[in-house]
Amino acid sequence: MKAPSFDYIRPGSVDEVLELLAAHGDDARILAGGQTLMATLNMRLSEPELLIDINAIESLKGIELRQGALWIGAMARHSQVEDSPLVAEHAPMLAQAAPHVAHRAIRNQGTFGGSIAFADPAAEWPACIVALDAVLHLAGRQGVRKVPAVEFFLDLYTTELAGDEVLLGCEIPVLVPGRAQAFQELARRHGDYAIVGVAAAANLRGGVFHDMRLVFLGMDNTPARALDVEQWLEGKAPDEQVLAQARQLLNDVLQPSADLYNSAATKMHLAGVLMGRVLRQLAETA
Amino acid sequence: MAESIQIKMRLNGVEGSYRVEPRLHLVDFLRDQLELKTARVSCEHGVCGACTVRLDGEIIRGCLYLAVQADGHDIETIDGVSDTGELRELQRAFHDKNAAQCGFCTPGMLLTAAALLREKPNATREQVREYISGNYCRCTGYHAIVDAVCEVLEQQRQPRALRA
Repeated sequence: MKAPSFDYIRPGSVDEVLELLAAHGDDARILAGGQTLMATLNMRLSEPELLIDINAIESLKGIELRQGALWIGAMARHSQVEDSPLVAEHAPMLAQAAPHVAHRAIRNQGTFGGSIAFADPAAEWPACIVALDAVLHLAGRQGVRKVPAVEFFLDLYTTELAGDEVLLGCEIPVLVPGRAQAFQELARRHGDYAIVGVAAAANLRGGVFHDMRLVFLGMDNTPARALDVEQWLEGKAPDEQVLAQARQLLNDVLQPSADLYNSAATKMHLAGVLMGRVLRQLAETA
Repeated sequence: MAESIQIKMRLNGVEGSYRVEPRLHLVDFLRDQLELKTARVSCEHGVCGACTVRLDGEIIRGCLYLAVQADGHDIETIDGVSDTGELRELQRAFHDKNAAQCGFCTPGMLLTAAALLREKPNATREQVREYISGNYCRCTGYHAIVDAVCEVLEQQRQPRALRA
């Protein structure tokens, strides 16, 4: 199908976008990478009157170190995250997750910020930034507010980002010595939406886990942090008995719904398998 | 009806000025307005890869990109890339291995394979399969396609003097 008719504007600054959003309200949609939006337009699931193309705004681009943290601009392409030496060094979980985001031709155009703002429950970046304790910068007409990723995702496709705000980018604490990060995902075919995935990070001091983060994707309406399992793993060694018990505990923590292809029981089983894999990976990396 | 917009783009190396409706996809612009039929229209939601073209040297989906967005950018279709000779070895290998079959997916496959040769010169057969997994071949001729791409990768890895 073809997209419905709409007007198009390509502003050069965030301030102009904020003015346009204030003037047009719900009739306007922001066009970032467009790899989801264009498909929904083609299928006429979305019929905005105005597309505000933010691809020309230089301040939203780029990946860099800012005041000791890794900064990923909202308009950084998935492929830039995939290829970035800074990301590989300071947030290796993202480099591991990137190849799971669709296919290279889509990663060349789709954006880090677009995926976060859209908040698909099966998307990789939302789960990753929660596991990384990242902070999102949201610009509004009153100024910029900073929202921790763990508070950003409210419900299915629903976030803290208000209709008149723009996501500027994401501030990610850099990886410190002794801490490890891991990412695992299962999909029916490479590049398909995930059935389940997990983003994890932990310190391994004296042979035991500390400060664990375990965040699942595809298991709930928002990134699902397995807080009880994280806490239970505190101070525990990554041996097979601990992994088995953690998996038992995970069954009480997550309540996935079935999707088109997989029952809730299948998803739960796969989540347990993936958790075992990331915990072993963390133990080997740290 | 939204107003059409004047854009300038470099298409296969030639600067041009065009009027496009905002909702027009790049692939429909190429096929219907310019009669360049090599980028195919199939799924129209980014799944099949038949509409693959290059934007500023990188492969993208022509159905998930608006013609109006190409203003000020460099767009290449298989026509232009083929003329530069960049695809010569891939084209020969596709021909030798009978990897074109019905030919519908071939322009997208060739542009994707060319990106792979550049980005992952040490790719394994498994990585080739993964990289082209975003391009569907409904003849299901994947073996021949993967054989052809692997053959060119292998040749690239040979020292120049040993190449046929």
